[in-house]
Amino acid sequence: MRRRSLGSLGAALGASLLPEVSRSHTPSASRSDGERVLRIVSPFEFAGPDPARSGSVFSRMGIGEMLLGADPEGRPVPMLAAHWSVSPDGLLWRFEIRSGVHFHDDSPVTPEAAASSLRHARAAASPLSRVPIMSIDAEGEEVLVRLSRPFAPLPAFLANYASMILAPSAYGADGRVRAVIGTGPYRVDRFAPPLQLDVARFEGWWGPRPAVGRASYLVVGQGEARASMAESGRADLTMALQPVTVARLRRSPRVELRMVPVPRTRLLKLNAASPLFSDLRVRKALSLAVDREGIAAALLRNPAVAADQLFPPTMPEWHDETAAAGRDLARARELLAEAGWRPGHDGILINGKGLRFRTTCVTFITWPELLPIATALQAQFREIGVEMTVSIGNSSDIPLGHRDGTLEMALLARNYVLVPDPFGTLVQDFGPEGGDWGAMGWSSPDLDGLLRRLAEGPPHDEQRDLRQRSARILREELPVIPIAWSELGIAIGRDLANVTVDPFETSFRLHEITWAG
Amino acid sequence: MDRHNWRSLLRPILVRLLQALLVALIVGALGFALMAALPGDQAFRLAAARYGPDMGDATAAALVREELGLDRPRAVQFLDWIGQLLRLDLGHSLVTGEPVLEELRGQLGHTLSLAAVALPLSAILGLPLGILSGLHPSGLADRVTLGLSVLLRAVPAYALGLLLVAVFSIRLGWLPPAGFEGWREFILPGLTLALGLAALSARVTRDSVAAVSTAPYMAFARWKGLPERAAVLRHGLRNAAIPVVALLGFQLIGLIEGLIIVESLFSWPGIGHALVHAIFARDVPVVQGAALLMGLLFVLVNALVDLACATIDPRRARAGA
Repeated sequence: MRRRSLGSLGAALGASLLPEVSRSHTPSASRSDGERVLRIVSPFEFAGPDPARSGSVFSRMGIGEMLLGADPEGRPVPMLAAHWSVSPDGLLWRFEIRSGVHFHDDSPVTPEAAASSLRHARAAASPLSRVPIMSIDAEGEEVLVRLSRPFAPLPAFLANYASMILAPSAYGADGRVRAVIGTGPYRVDRFAPPLQLDVARFEGWWGPRPAVGRASYLVVGQGEARASMAESGRADLTMALQPVTVARLRRSPRVELRMVPVPRTRLLKLNAASPLFSDLRVRKALSLAVDREGIAAALLRNPAVAADQLFPPTMPEWHDETAAAGRDLARARELLAEAGWRPGHDGILINGKGLRFRTTCVTFITWPELLPIATALQAQFREIGVEMTVSIGNSSDIPLGHRDGTLEMALLARNYVLVPDPFGTLVQDFGPEGGDWGAMGWSSPDLDGLLRRLAEGPPHDEQRDLRQRSARILREELPVIPIAWSELGIAIGRDLANVTVDPFETSFRLHEITWAG
Repeated sequence: MDRHNWRSLLRPILVRLLQALLVALIVGALGFALMAALPGDQAFRLAAARYGPDMGDATAAALVREELGLDRPRAVQFLDWIGQLLRLDLGHSLVTGEPVLEELRGQLGHTLSLAAVALPLSAILGLPLGILSGLHPSGLADRVTLGLSVLLRAVPAYALGLLLVAVFSIRLGWLPPAGFEGWREFILPGLTLALGLAALSARVTRDSVAAVSTAPYMAFARWKGLPERAAVLRHGLRNAAIPVVALLGFQLIGLIEGLIIVESLFSWPGIGHALVHAIFARDVPVVQGAALLMGLLFVLVNALVDLACATIDPRRARAGA
């Protein structure tokens, strides 16, 4: 009797929880229509339904769309806005909404809905919040954006994922995003942050009907585990492969491997206001002491990603092919001596005031390769008498240290196409006040002038010249020291065809993929 | 069941309810104090967790600070939490904006399903080996089990998990190293947890069985002519089970500790995984909610174990008869 009552108590407890379990554990292959599921494995988690927080995943999975997209060169192309124009004074932008487009809840995309989404994005921590916008309104078939001063790169800011257009029903009464109801080729089927997102084809999409009917996005943090899933056929599309696993996957008959250059640069951020780094000769000496080829070849398994400048060759408007930054320890020592640094008894440099060249480099684990790179830099700097300790923490330690002035040096990876025009990141990182992820204690009136001119939207030839001159200032003055560019390693299952990779990492282009055979 | 029995059952339940209330208050206060004592700025941490490193900067942190009122005195924030708790509201996650209760419900399902695989698995692995070792102390089985137990207890769960992934996923390709969709995905995290637990339960079972098999009532059972098998089944197992059941309850601590590590290692969307994320992000309501839930679960399991022990204890059954 007693035993039975205990058993039934357990059963009741189990029953109250099991529905949740069984619902969330339905194997995807057997769900509903039995249509084949394209399985994507990626290390990037997502946090809740707000595009400002998780939009990069919604945009990659084809759930949400923006007013504009970007072509491979980063130039704006139509998306939900079919046409756009700007007034001669550069202050009023008009975006004409594509007609006949519907949200996933079948409500029509109206200029008011689009304007409302943009206003939401502007209030959040988004690139759009950094644009000098006065108002965003709907008028007729258009969305009107009024600026307080000309800002030519606005289309690029509207192509960022945080500027995603969601249905009015996606927002709660308090203005928070409650559900991801977008306009893309795929709608949300199961939303289980932070690790899983399933999508199904949206039959009402305005583009051609996608061949892949279902897809799932699974977060797997460990690089080895991702590689193993690709190798064993448990993932169709595996993102962000680590260099160490790439060689092994190349031999696998199950997958095709692609390495795509992405405009994310690993760099050393220096506090140029610190007595250690205020002298340009010291910053140059540090740059000359870095064995970029060694780091690229040994740690990143590709010598071609050694970054002799901030912008990779895939950004020809900003990249300078004639520039080169090889390793030259003798020249580095000379520069340090000129700046007043002499080796002490233990080889560590000391200046005339008795200050030892001892510093701490802050880095974080979001990108696992940063750690070995920091350790390599530690050894390389030691060769010129610089003692550097590595402090591993949270990514937020860097902006915090920047603001309270305690940061001396940080190793980080910076995405220069968060908005498809690198201008957006540059103006944030190298403005007069510096930037949390860019310059610290350094500014350049020349660079400010060039960036201001770029914002005004000059003719294309002048734009190229301004970009090249901006990049040259950063190369010569070294507010940050570039170390290595990045590549995105992707394993593509042999069952897939028509897979193309977006270098801006804004879309997996699921709607173009087909099943092979 | 008579009145005496009802009272003897009700009393511990009331005591446990009181315990649960105390646990809630202590966990809440301790969790809050510990989160406040952690280094780093909460607004910056939250901004990084919400918007990622590319957008998580001081401007984002300022927005977060303003939106959440993080400038308010800690005491006010704590009292707010208590007030919400009294209304059975755990608040919203500061990272995702979703209600904590809803998030925990989903995560609890995943955690319990993993525990539901790991606990029986540990019993299947540990108990027979323990009984075998206990029946023949210092025999071959006993020595092998001792060696294995020491080894498995000495290896931390994350190292064991990585080893299993390296062998069964990467080298042999038999089992998935991540995911939580089908039964195959349960095997590696379940086994990682179960092996650690089985190591301990095998030893406790062994000691308990060894003690019972030399007890006077077993000697009497043999003396009165019962075959060894019948003696063990009828008198031995039940007596030996009491400390083992108590241990299974005690193992919940190990299980929770293991779950936090194993869920993080295998990207398992349970409470342990959420708790670790929330601590890194300084998502106080989620930390509080998860800690509270774990504390209450602990009280519940202890209560169930007490009931189970009371039920299987043969002396008690005779007293009640």
